Amino acid sequence: MFTNPARNDWMLLAGFSAVILCLPILLEPIGAAYPALMQKFCIFGIFAIGFNILFGLTGYLSFGHAAFLGVGSYAAVWSFKLFTMNAIPAIVMAVFFAAAFALVIGYVCLRRSGIYFSILTLAFAQMSYNLVYSVLTPLTNGETGLQLSLQDPRIIDGLFFEPAAGLPRVNLFSTYISGGGYAGFYLCAVMLIVCFYIAMRIFRSPFGMMLRAIKSNQNRMRYTGFNTRPYLLAAFVISGMYAGLAGGLMAATDPLVGAERMQWTASGEVVLMTILGGVGTLVGPVIGAAVIKYFENIFSAFGERTLHNVFGFLPDAIEQPVVSFFALFVGDGWNLTLGVVFMLIVIFLPGGIMEGLRRIWNLFNRRPGDRETMPAAQTQPAE
Amino acid sequence: MTRNVVLHVADVHKSFGGLHALSDVDLQVEEGTIHAIIGPNGAGKSTLLNVCIGRLAPDTGAVVFDGQVITGKQPHEINQMGVVRVFQTPEIFPDLTLLQNVMVPAFAKRDGPFRLNAMQPVEKRTDIRDMALHWLEDVGLAGQKDAIAASLSRGDKRRLELAMGLVQNPRLLLLDEPTAGMSRHDTNSTIDLLKKFKGRGMTKVIIEHDMHVVFSLADRITVLAQGRIIADGPPDEVRGNPKVQEAYLGGAH
Repeated sequence: MFTNPARNDWMLLAGFSAVILCLPILLEPIGAAYPALMQKFCIFGIFAIGFNILFGLTGYLSFGHAAFLGVGSYAAVWSFKLFTMNAIPAIVMAVFFAAAFALVIGYVCLRRSGIYFSILTLAFAQMSYNLVYSVLTPLTNGETGLQLSLQDPRIIDGLFFEPAAGLPRVNLFSTYISGGGYAGFYLCAVMLIVCFYIAMRIFRSPFGMMLRAIKSNQNRMRYTGFNTRPYLLAAFVISGMYAGLAGGLMAATDPLVGAERMQWTASGEVVLMTILGGVGTLVGPVIGAAVIKYFENIFSAFGERTLHNVFGFLPDAIEQPVVSFFALFVGDGWNLTLGVVFMLIVIFLPGGIMEGLRRIWNLFNRRPGDRETMPAAQTQPAE
Repeated sequence: MTRNVVLHVADVHKSFGGLHALSDVDLQVEEGTIHAIIGPNGAGKSTLLNVCIGRLAPDTGAVVFDGQVITGKQPHEINQMGVVRVFQTPEIFPDLTLLQNVMVPAFAKRDGPFRLNAMQPVEKRTDIRDMALHWLEDVGLAGQKDAIAASLSRGDKRRLELAMGLVQNPRLLLLDEPTAGMSRHDTNSTIDLLKKFKGRGMTKVIIEHDMHVVFSLADRITVLAQGRIIADGPPDEVRGNPKVQEAYLGGAH
C-alpha cells in the first residue's frame, strides 16, 4: 500500500482522464459515441462514485439516493428560472441544496444501521417523491414536471441581455450546454474527472481509512476512541452532494425535471451500478454506470425485427420460438436482461466487473510466489 | 509508599434479571501497578470490565477514573480519557491490514474522536505510521504488516489487539485474558511485553485464568466469586488466603 502510492494515483488519474476525454473516439466502434449518451455515462458515473463513498467505504446501503439527485435537479432548474441560464450557479445550488437535504436525512437515518438504515432511507426518499407530487406542487409543478417558461424572471440574465425570442438555452458563458451538443458532454466529463479525483483523495485519506474501519468493525471503533456518527454523517453528506451534482448536471443538459427522477427505481439503479462495477473500488462504479446506461440504450432499442435479422439464418420453424423467447429480453423487457446479468454477477463475481478484470489480469501475470488472491472487493481499492 | 488511586469502582451493583453479577464491588486500583482480577467462571470479571469501559451501566454505584465519574459516558469519551480495553475475543478490523489496524487507534490518540481530514494522504502522516510500526515490532508482527488481519491466527490476532491498545499509550489498560489461546512461548513473550511497561505511568487491570501469568505480573490481586470480592491484597497474601483456596485455587489445582 505504501509502495510509491502518490505516483500510482497520478497515473490512475491521468489514465482515467484520458479515457473519459477520448470517449467520443473510443466509443465510436460500439456506436455509443454521441454526446447525449456519453454525458449520461458521466452523470451516472458521478452519481455512482458518490454512492460508493457511502456504500463502498462505510457499508451503509442507502436506498434513497435518488432523492438527492432530484433535489439537485429541482434546485438547478429553479436557478435557471429565477437567476440565470448560466450552468455554474445552477450546479452550485444543486450541490448546496442536496447537501442540506442529506444533512437532515442522514442525521435521522444514521441512528440505525444495517437493514434498518436502508429502510429508513427508502422511506424518506419515497416520502420526498410523494411530497413532490402533492404538497410541493407550487415548487415542483407536480406531474407536469418543472420546466422553463417565457415568463420566468431570470433576474441576472435580465440585467445583461435582451431576452431573445423563444426559450433560452443553458449556457456556460457563451457555449450552449443543453440540447445534446459536445459542450454538454465535456462539461460533464470534466466534472466527472474532478469528482473522481476528490473520491480518490478521500479513499487515500485518514478519513477514508476510518470509514473502512467503521465498515470492518464499527463497535471496535467506538472503543478505540472514535465518535463514529459524525464520520458516517460526513460520508452521507458527501455522497448526497455527489448525487446533487449529478442531478444539477442532468438539469443543465436538459432543463426539465419530473418527480420520477426521485422514485425508488432510480435509487435502486445506482445500487446496481455500484455492485455491478465493484463496490469499494474507485473505477468500478463508473464502469457499472456506463455498462448499465449503454445496455439500456442498446437493448431497449432492439425490437423483434432486429431479432429476426439476427436469427434469420435459422429455419423458420426454429426461428419463431427463438425470436419470441429473446424478445422478452429486449425493448421494454430489457430490465429482464439487466436482472439476469446482475444475478450472474452477484453469484459468480461478487466483486463486480472490477474483480473480473483483476482475475483476468492475474491469469496473465501469475508469478511463482505471488501474493495470495484476496477477497479484493472488500479489502483494497482497485488500482 | 502511597500511590494515587487511578481507578475506583465504588460500590457497584449489577444484576441481570435475578442473577447478581456484581454485588457491592468496591475496588481501588493504584497508579502504575498491575492489578489482577481472578475468580472462577461466572464470577463477574468480564461484567466488571464492561462496567469500567461503559459497555454496561451499573444498577447502583459508580466508576471513578482519575477523579472523574465515567459511568454514563460514551465509550469513545472514556477511551479518549485514557482507558483502553483489550477484548477477550479479539476485536480487530478484519478487512484492514495489520499496519492499518494499529494506525487507526493511533489516529484516535493523535486526532481525537472526529476529524475531517479527507484531503490529506495517509502516507503524509509518518508520525502515525512510525508509532504503529514500532508497536507491531514490539508484538512481533512487523513482518506481516501488509497482510489482511482476518488471515491471522487467533493468537496473532490477540497480539495485534495488544499493539492496538498499547499504541494509544493509555493511562489505564484493561486486559481481558490477554494470553488465552496463546502458546506457552507467546504467553511468555506477552508477559515480558507487559512487564516492560510496568510503572511507566500506565496502569493495568488484567483478568486472567492462567495462574502463571497472574503471579508473574500482578502487584495486587483481587479475587471475585459469585459477584463478590472475597480477597484483595498482594499476591503472597492472596495465595495463602484459605477462602481463596477453597473458592478458586482449590478447585482449579
